[in-house]
This record gives sequence, structure tokens and C-alpha cells, in this order.
Amino acid sequence: MLQPQSQLRQRFNILITLYPKRSFRVPVEAECISPDVFAEKPVKHIAMLQIWEGNRKRNLEDLFKIKHETKSSSEKSIIRICGDVSKVRKIGAKMSMGNIIVEGDAGMHLGEEMNGGGITVTGNADSWTGSMMKNGTIEVKGNAGDYIGASYRGSNQGMSGGKIIIHGNAGYEVGCFMRKGLIKVHGDIGLFAGIHMRNGTIFIQGNSGGRAGAQMINGKIVVCGYIPSILPTFTIDDIRPKVEVNGEKIEGPFYRFVGDLADGGDGKLFVSKTKNPHLSSYEQYL
Amino acid sequence: MDIAIKDGKIVEKVNVKKAEVIDASGMILMPGGVDIHCHIAGAEVNSGRLLRPEDHFKDVEVKTALTRSGVGYSIPSTFTTGYRYSRMGYTTVMNPSMPPLEARHTHEELDDTPMVDKATYPLLGDWWFVLEHLRDGLIQECAAHVAWMMSATKGYAIKIVNPGGLEAWGFGRNVENLDDPVPHFNITPREILRGLCKVNKLLNMPHTIHVHTNNLGRPGNYLTALETMKCVEDLAEEGRPAIHITHCQFCAFKGSDWRSMSSGAEEIAKYVNHHDHVTLDMGQVIFTDTTTMTADGPFQYGLYNLTGNKWVNHDVETETSSGIVPFRYKRKSAVHATQWSIGLELALLIKDPWKIYMTTDHPNGGPFTAYPKIIAWLISRVARKKTMNKISKRARQKSLLPSIDRELSFYEIAIVTRAGQAKALNLAQKGHLGIGADADVAVYNVNPEQVDPSKKYKTVRKAFKRAAYTIKGGEIVVKDGQIVKPVFGKTFWVNVKTLLPMEVNEDLRLKFREYWTVEYENYPIPDSFLHAPAPIPVKAEV
Repeated sequence: MLQPQSQLRQRFNILITLYPKRSFRVPVEAECISPDVFAEKPVKHIAMLQIWEGNRKRNLEDLFKIKHETKSSSEKSIIRICGDVSKVRKIGAKMSMGNIIVEGDAGMHLGEEMNGGGITVTGNADSWTGSMMKNGTIEVKGNAGDYIGASYRGSNQGMSGGKIIIHGNAGYEVGCFMRKGLIKVHGDIGLFAGIHMRNGTIFIQGNSGGRAGAQMINGKIVVCGYIPSILPTFTIDDIRPKVEVNGEKIEGPFYRFVGDLADGGDGKLFVSKTKNPHLSSYEQYL
Repeated sequence: MDIAIKDGKIVEKVNVKKAEVIDASGMILMPGGVDIHCHIAGAEVNSGRLLRPEDHFKDVEVKTALTRSGVGYSIPSTFTTGYRYSRMGYTTVMNPSMPPLEARHTHEELDDTPMVDKATYPLLGDWWFVLEHLRDGLIQECAAHVAWMMSATKGYAIKIVNPGGLEAWGFGRNVENLDDPVPHFNITPREILRGLCKVNKLLNMPHTIHVHTNNLGRPGNYLTALETMKCVEDLAEEGRPAIHITHCQFCAFKGSDWRSMSSGAEEIAKYVNHHDHVTLDMGQVIFTDTTTMTADGPFQYGLYNLTGNKWVNHDVETETSSGIVPFRYKRKSAVHATQWSIGLELALLIKDPWKIYMTTDHPNGGPFTAYPKIIAWLISRVARKKTMNKISKRARQKSLLPSIDRELSFYEIAIVTRAGQAKALNLAQKGHLGIGADADVAVYNVNPEQVDPSKKYKTVRKAFKRAAYTIKGGEIVVKDGQIVKPVFGKTFWVNVKTLLPMEVNEDLRLKFREYWTVEYENYPIPDSFLHAPAPIPVKAEV
């Protein structure tokens, strides 16, 4: 007997837990690990989803043990990954809803082009986390690599919304070509934070490696720690007692620089005054 | 009516019992498409590929049992370029603007472009030898040098880009008009154009001079374009064109600045309608993200200033310059939308379809894969109106398009996409289905007797996007928009026989030491270097 389509494709919320069956030696491309892909599928279909291990085609079940629970419909779809997936790339790529929890380290391109929902990583995340993301939240409890919230290589379409929170340190060129949204790094950050930035906010609780805001056009970078120097294409504008980041008041005082003038930019670079006594010579230009 | 094909040629009849028969009833049959101007190979195109990984990222073609994998939306890799042309029923494409020094690279890439016959035009408008000889009034010597260059680079036609301007750009300058002298050479663009036009005639070249005008992409430049056409008016022979103005859309801007920029298509069309010595191609703009690349260094620098985008600019020794800037044409930009309108206005206001050909100046106005879209705009007022409603209001108010009722017929489409282009290139075997023509045939699944293209433009667009059959050299290479047989095409080049080849060699040998970083012996490309050379012997008058 034919059942109505709606009953067959009943949209139930799920909790799927993936356990890597072994430690991966070559990169695994797993774009399909996303609540959007999992949501409407029975477990046996999820198990057959295609992923790449190096140049070999595999099914999801070849590499992961899949445990499935159905939950009451009030909760969101959740994918939990328990174990080291630092070689697994593109987890949560293009996802628009639900949650992914990685209990361990995550690989490159985590949440690439993500459009909603949330990703939490309890370990470290690799480079390109949240690149080109449009919406949603990524939270990394450990450290993250380079090009967080950046654009694809060569493109000028960086992160255009959403939030990335990194509790540890982050690498180079964080927020490259960023257009909107917020990147928060509680630890230290590498060179060229906010390079080519068009808009949005980068907040750095720790120290910066330097050259922050190179070629930025607009937006806001806040460095609460030490920065070795300010790029010569930035000019001091003001000293501010506090600065607002995403509705939150951060106590200063901060030097406010404007740049990057080499590109006719009007970006704002806030640098803590107390942590950077070597920048006091700028005060004479005020 | 039946078309009989034997041994790669169209013949009067074949033995039907033994032959393979394709039932194309209720479909449109056209000669294989000919593209007179598209940048598909060479150093410039490849630099564009290097510059734009993001362009590759968004368009990937997967390997199949028959075809290779490839990437690229606005600048596809060589194999993908060939496949995509073939899927649209194109069988011959011309790669313009090859810096002579980069000929080897260009031919290597052309050899790797399957499915189509091809040729390439060396850039000669700013070559020091040309400038020096024309300055001294030595037309015959100049012709001999050009002839040598054609065979050394295996070229097909004389390409002139911003005559004089590229040389001036070497000194950070440009030429403003046709009578602005080139620094250090004391020669004007007018003299270069007229000189090379005469050279072209002396050498009996199959194509005319292929000209990218001065002041390209600047408001008010339609006057320069008109002046360029006028300057060779007296050199034209009866009934034969003397000059091809390429991507004419980019040199049909009226106005004094970007705000007042409007269309000069009416004036250009009026001139072309009254003169027989000019052919044009559209250089239609498509609203998309593309990559501009020309040999016009100063123009590209201007584009960089306009966009602030990443860019490449390059000086090719004694020969030419080049530049690349990624560019996005936006519907809501008044300038871009006006440009879109100008291209179509040109194609519709010029009455004789044998004088204007359909191109996008791939990839400058948009990728060639957008041709079916342009066909839809040309064939249907409704299609034009629909796009018109989405463009910038300012551009819409200024556009001439709403006042143009003309809709091209399928015959006219066949002329602007193949027959006219083949005629302008003097490729006698291409662009028609007469007996003796190359068996390059495109079959499109749309019935002209049942489908009203004006209303059902979407059906037409779809049909032209995926040819039902493409036959190349008598073999079925595409069926239902899928490659069924990968083949390699020929490379045409013009083998000009001059009376005085040796003298040129001696002179060149000496100059090479002085001018170039490449030795004379290493410069020419031997015929054996090409995968499938098809020299066209031509007897020159010098």
C-alpha cells in the first residue's frame, strides 16, 4: 500500500555518533558529515554515504562506526564525533542547521561555507576553519590553524557572517578577506590577522604576531595583548577608554589606529595601551 | 534535404545502404560554429589561470571514460575548453592576441585543446620592426618581416592592439588618439594602422587586420572607433573588408566620464551600415564573474584602478604588453548594464549580419559558454526585455534596446555564429554546408517550424547549449550534449611566400642580438612542432 510522502520522509531529529574505526594516515574528505545530509536519511543510507580516503572512494561505514539514537522532536539534530578526526576535512561543510560536536581534534576546512547551526570542537581545529562561512557558530576549545574564516585561495569572498570562537591560539592570516561576523581568539594569534579585511570584527584576547590589519579596508581588530609593531601604513587616531565588541564593552585603554592607508582603507585597529608601552611614541601625533 | 558526408568532407551523395544515417528531422542543422575571437590559449590565458584559483574552485569537470578532468569557469583548462565548445556545436575557434615571443607556449596549449580546429593571431601592432619600418616608409620591408613572423610563429592574421599605446605604455604613457605620436618612434597609430593594412594587402592575408582600438573601455571612445574605421576607408577594395574591429562593444562608449557614459552603438551601426570595408564582433557582456585579459597593458591598469582587484601587467620585450584583472559585471551597475545593452544594440542595429559576429571576447565580456544566452537575446525581444527589467534603472532609461524590434532569424544566427565569421576569416571550407566543405556540422534539437523562437527562447537557449550532434571532420564527436569521441583538430597558419626571404633573415639575425633575449635560431617554431599543422599557402606581392 502506498503511504503518503510526508510519512515516508518523516523528518525526525537524530543523534548520530561517529567513532573512527582506525587512525587515518591520509586525508579523508567527508563533506557529507553534516546534519543537513544526515537529517532525512535512515541509518543504512547514512552508512552508505560516499567519502574519499586519499584517492579511494569509501562509504562512511568503512571508516566510522555509526551509532544512532532518535530523539524527541524538540531537540536539534546532533552529530557527535568521538575520536581523532584531525585528518578528516570538510566536516560540516555547507551545513545550515543542527549541531556537530567533535570530541577530539578536527581536520581542515571545518564548517566551510557553513550557513547555520553550530560546530563545537573540544580539541584543536586545523586551518581554514569556517572559511567562507555565512552564518552559524563554530567554537574551538583548543587551538586553531591558519586562515580561520578566510576566503578560498585567490577569492575575495571571506567569511560573511556568523561567529568563530577559539579558546586557544590561532595561526596566520585569520579573517583574510572577512566581510562580516565575529572572530574571537582568547589566546594568541599569528601574523597578518585581518589581512584584506573588508568588514566585521576580530577580537584577540592574547598577543598578536604583528602586521595586523594589512590591506584592510574596513572593520575592526582589537588586540588586548602585546603587538610588536603597527604597520607604517596605519595612523593613530585616538586613545579610547574602552571598545565595544559584539555588544560587549572591553575595558582599555586602547590606541586606535586607522588603515590600511596604502589601500585607502578605513579599518580600525585597537591595541591595548598598557600592554604596549613601546607604542607610546605614537601619542605625540595625536 | 539530406547532407552526405564522406572522408571528412561534404559530398553530393553517398551510398545510403552502407552509410550511417542520422535522423535530424525536426531539428536545426548548421555548419559547425566558428569563433573569430576568444582567448583560450597562451601565456596570458595561463597567467589568468594561475591568478584565479577561485575560478577553478567553482567549476570542476570530472574525468569520464572518454574525457579528461578539468577546471575553470571563465578560464577553463585546455581540454575542458575544447569539450565545452564542442558541446555547443562549435568546431573552429580563433585565439587572438598571441605575443610572438610566447608563440611556442600558445601552440602547445592549442595543441592540447581538443575537438576544434584553431588558429592564432600574432600581435604585431607594436612590434619594433613594424614601427621602425613604417616610420621610414618601408612598407615592402615591413611586409617581408610580417611574413617571416607569420611563419615563425605559425600565425593566421595580423592582430593590432591599441596601436602605439602598448609601446608608449613601456614608458608609462598611452596614446590619446590616432594622431598622438608614439614616444621614441615618432609614428602615430594612424600610420601603424594604415601601414599594416597595406602590408596585409601586399601579403594577400586571408583575414583583414584584426584591430582592438585605441582608448578601449573609456567613455567617448566611439569616436576613436569611428576614426579607426575611417582611417583605412580608402585602402579598401571593392566589396572586400579591410579592417575587423574586434569586441566593438568595448569601443562604443559615448559620454565624457563614467557617469555620463552611454551607448555609441547607433553611430557605429550607422557608419557600418553605409560602408563595406568593416567587419565587427560584438564582445557582448554577460552579467557574471569573469577574468579580463588583453594585450592592452594601459587599459588593464585602468581596470585595476577601477576595481582595486588583483592584477597582472607585463611587458613583452620588443613586441607588446599584456594585463589581467578579474572582473564582475553587475546588473545593477549602470556602466556594466549599458555595456550589456551596447553589445546587443550593435548586433541588432547593424542590418547586415555578415558584418557583425557574435562573441563575448571570451573571457573579457564573459565566458564563451554564455553564447546560448546571447542567441536568446538576439532571437527574442521577450528575452531581452526580461533581462532589461533586472538591470540598473539608469542604464535601462538610456538603453536603445526597447526601441529595437528586430529579432534575428535562425538563418541570421547561423551567419553571426559561423558563416559570417568563416567568411571574414576566408576559411573556404568552414561555415557552410556546400559540397566540398569540411564535414563540420552542428545539429540542434529545436524545430524552427514549430517553435516560435521569440516566445520559446528558453527552448532555443537549451538547444544551443547542448548540441544534439556535433560532427567534426565527418565523425560524430558529441551526441546529446555529451562527448562521444574525443578528436584533435588542425592548427591553421598562413604560409606566406615572399620574393625576398633571405634579406630579411640577415637583417633579423643582427637585430635579434640587439633587441631580444631569445636567439634568432631559437625563435621560429618549426612546422613539426605542431600536432596537426594545416598551412595555408599564400603568394605575396613582395
